[in-house]
Amino acid sequence: MTTALILLPLAGALLVWLLPLPGRASGVLATLIALAEVALWLGVVRQFDFAESLQLEDRQSWFSDLGVSYHVGFFGFSLWLAGLTVVVCAAGIAYATWANRERARAYHGLMLFLTGSIVGVFTAQDLLLFYVFFEAMLIPLYVLVGVWGGERRVFATVKFVVYTMAGSLLMLASIVVFGLSQGTFDLVDSGVSSNDWVFLGFLAAFAVKAPLFPFHGWLVDAYRESPPEVAAILSGVVSKAAVYGLFRIAIAKFPEPVDTFQTPILAAATIGLVYGSLLAFRARDLRSVTAYSSMAQMGLIVLGLFSLNELGVNGAILQSVAHGLVSATLFLLAGMLETRTGTSAFARLGGMARGRPDLATVLMVVGVIALAVPGSVSFAGEFLILAGIYAEGWAWAAIGAGAIVLAAMYMLRLISAVLHRSSGEAVREEALDLRPAELAVVVPLVAALLFLSAWPASITERNFPVQSDVAEAAE
Amino acid sequence: MIDTPEVDWLALSPTLALLAAAGVALLASVIGPVWFRRAFAAFAAFAGFVTAGVLAGVLFDRTPDAQPLLDESMTRDRWAALAAIVLAGAGALTVLLSWGEKRRDHSGEYYALLAAAAAGMVFFVGASNLMTLFLALEWFSISLYILCALDTHRETSLESGLKYLIVGSFGSGILLFGSALVYGATGELGFTAIAAAGITDDSLLLAGLAMIVAGLGFKASAAPFHMWTPDVYQGAPTSVTAFMSAATKVAALVLTLRILTVAFPEQEHLWTVAIAVIAIVSLAVGNIAALVQRDVKRLLAYSSVSHAGFMLIAIAANSALGGRALLYYVIPYSAMSIGSFAVVAARERELGVPVTLDNLGGFLWERPFLGGAMWVFLLGLMGMPLTGGLVGKFYVFSAAYESGWWWLVVAGVIGTAISLYYYLRLLLAMWTRPDPALRSTDLGAAVAGGSPPRDPLLVSAVAASLGVTIGSFFFVQPLIDLARDAAESLPF
Repeated sequence: MTTALILLPLAGALLVWLLPLPGRASGVLATLIALAEVALWLGVVRQFDFAESLQLEDRQSWFSDLGVSYHVGFFGFSLWLAGLTVVVCAAGIAYATWANRERARAYHGLMLFLTGSIVGVFTAQDLLLFYVFFEAMLIPLYVLVGVWGGERRVFATVKFVVYTMAGSLLMLASIVVFGLSQGTFDLVDSGVSSNDWVFLGFLAAFAVKAPLFPFHGWLVDAYRESPPEVAAILSGVVSKAAVYGLFRIAIAKFPEPVDTFQTPILAAATIGLVYGSLLAFRARDLRSVTAYSSMAQMGLIVLGLFSLNELGVNGAILQSVAHGLVSATLFLLAGMLETRTGTSAFARLGGMARGRPDLATVLMVVGVIALAVPGSVSFAGEFLILAGIYAEGWAWAAIGAGAIVLAAMYMLRLISAVLHRSSGEAVREEALDLRPAELAVVVPLVAALLFLSAWPASITERNFPVQSDVAEAAE
Repeated sequence: MIDTPEVDWLALSPTLALLAAAGVALLASVIGPVWFRRAFAAFAAFAGFVTAGVLAGVLFDRTPDAQPLLDESMTRDRWAALAAIVLAGAGALTVLLSWGEKRRDHSGEYYALLAAAAAGMVFFVGASNLMTLFLALEWFSISLYILCALDTHRETSLESGLKYLIVGSFGSGILLFGSALVYGATGELGFTAIAAAGITDDSLLLAGLAMIVAGLGFKASAAPFHMWTPDVYQGAPTSVTAFMSAATKVAALVLTLRILTVAFPEQEHLWTVAIAVIAIVSLAVGNIAALVQRDVKRLLAYSSVSHAGFMLIAIAANSALGGRALLYYVIPYSAMSIGSFAVVAARERELGVPVTLDNLGGFLWERPFLGGAMWVFLLGLMGMPLTGGLVGKFYVFSAAYESGWWWLVVAGVIGTAISLYYYLRLLLAMWTRPDPALRSTDLGAAVAGGSPPRDPLLVSAVAASLGVTIGSFFFVQPLIDLARDAAESLPF
């Protein structure tokens, strides 16, 4: 079942590449495959027994002399992250079909390939396999940003790839050292390590991917230059691979180094949270605000993870899903605005609420959820994170709470700059409200957010129990 | 009655098959009519490579234990047999990609020399005596010198042949001098006999060892013995470059590990460090120099220097795992290297000018299969997943770490990180459209009009390389089993 969830989009990618369909048809095919993937994921959820730890495992020896195997399986929390992936990717592919990208076959094949590799990251239970998926994710992203991106796409791509690969290569060295000293590369069979350097190698990869302050140099360029649906996947889903890695590998396998480095990591996360929020407040366009707010939110999530208690970790997972949906929706909306106005700069936007009720409603709902209004899923996530981190020191919680006020400031600024005020110069009368197809892409995402707002426990009560070492680490 | 040594014909059969192919190709091209020469020579060479590969496979299967041959001048073992299979495969792919080369004459000589060079290499990897080692080295080197200079109407080809001849002879000379010193110190030529002489810290022997390592370093184009590589790779006919980048390197490195472990086990503490240093220098020089290249063949030449560095890491590990890592690494590496040069050859034939980063523009969209394949090869050279390049690096790093060389792992990681930049530039160059202004001035008539010539043989060579590159990622276990059996023939 787990393998099917990984292979379906990969096989779909091959199918889209090989079938000589015209542009729109290949997009429709890809969308159907992505929807089938969502259905398959729902099937996995039905099968999943939330009282148990790792399950739905598939295991096959890959090369035995070093103890490497193809080993995949789901934990409660990874199930939610995979769900986020399939939903956001389906929305992204559907939007790309609607937007009718050039060279559609190549494009949609790459999107499906990306989907499969991200799902692989969230299920891998072997270190080398994890690395394979983690890197495989990068190849389609590289092409998607580099070919279909905006004006400065080449610069953005090279920066993005060099940053992330440098981190990943350090992780590869760490994987080699960890695996050989454990005698196996299997995450379930291997024990814990107390080697600081190995820990730092893993941390480097995840800190770049998240990104955690001060490794965020690639972030804005990549998010601004990508096609909107790729930016949605990058910020919404790919960054969560770092969350998974931090939790499943860094925290679970390195209890002593985590203890040693907890304070610096918390400090970096807090700085990222505050600094990202301030940058978002100053940013001049919709995409940059979303990008920097992503960075801030990732800081908050890492804060929750490294509180190292169940409250904080639960909150971090919930917030990961919530932020993934919010930021994907915002980037897709940014893309929709850009097709209408040719810009996402606030100075040229404004007054779009007039005569465009659907757009105004969707943006308003997402914005309000993003600023963590009480009753929203973000509020639940942030509350849990702050409660968790309070146990580690009240000061962290105080700064975190302060940053949430900043979130309100930049989100409200965003909403008013786009929807209210007088009509911007780029906004023409003829600019239409959201089309039915666009609504069909974003409304499910908003609906998922509203569902989780109404019932955040659907996730938080189903994250754990997890495998014993993860549970121990989370205590 | 004179004693004749008993000859194990099976052990020599891969070499003999290639030699026979070389002879047939050459003879037929002298005797036969003109139209018949090229096709026949190519076919003879291809058949020779396939036969040699099959015979090497049989040899591998029937040689569970290493046996000395011909008074210990050769060894029949799985180490040599597996290397011979890789060499034969590389040769067969080279024949396929050479077919489309527009050569007015010399096609008979070309294929004959290719088979002869491969025969020398197959002989070389089985050598276990300093004399046979040198003999085989010169045998394949001389064939390669001529091959490089074969396009006599191109100045760069002549230049490349001459450079290779001079620098290569210098390398061979050093190797020969080193062999003489070792012989002087031990009074022995056979690898096992040298080790059995039991001399540990004689300065003659150590100087000889150093010179042998340097001489082999020339052939493997490991830095600082790589100076000839970029010029020769750039100037030689692209098919010859493809063959050299894979086969010469494989032969030299495979033999390096054999001679070091068999003949110089006592000096292990010295040569492992020396090899480690050469590995690091190769990684540094290859990767940094590649950053500024615009000519694709030159860029790939520097990349091959850096890959020699990776393979040397496996040799420095001096362990069974290192031997496995080396033999595994050469399989996807050879495929990626030949494949990428094959794509360069295709582009070169299309344009009629040397391939640079600029005139590769838009290649991915114009020739989706070749462009996509080139992408896979480059990703493999980078060590990305879904290619054997990743597993090869992983094995090399594991071997280094297991032997306590953690700083070699760090060096490898840094080298790979640097290499990303130029591989990415190349990947990028293939999808960006060339500047229209550049089209009109620089390439002129070259790109004007017409679709590129069809070359199904080259495409099939690329497809086969692609299959090996990707297949070696999924089927690691069988390949590693072969490499393990082969590495068992060496005394670790």
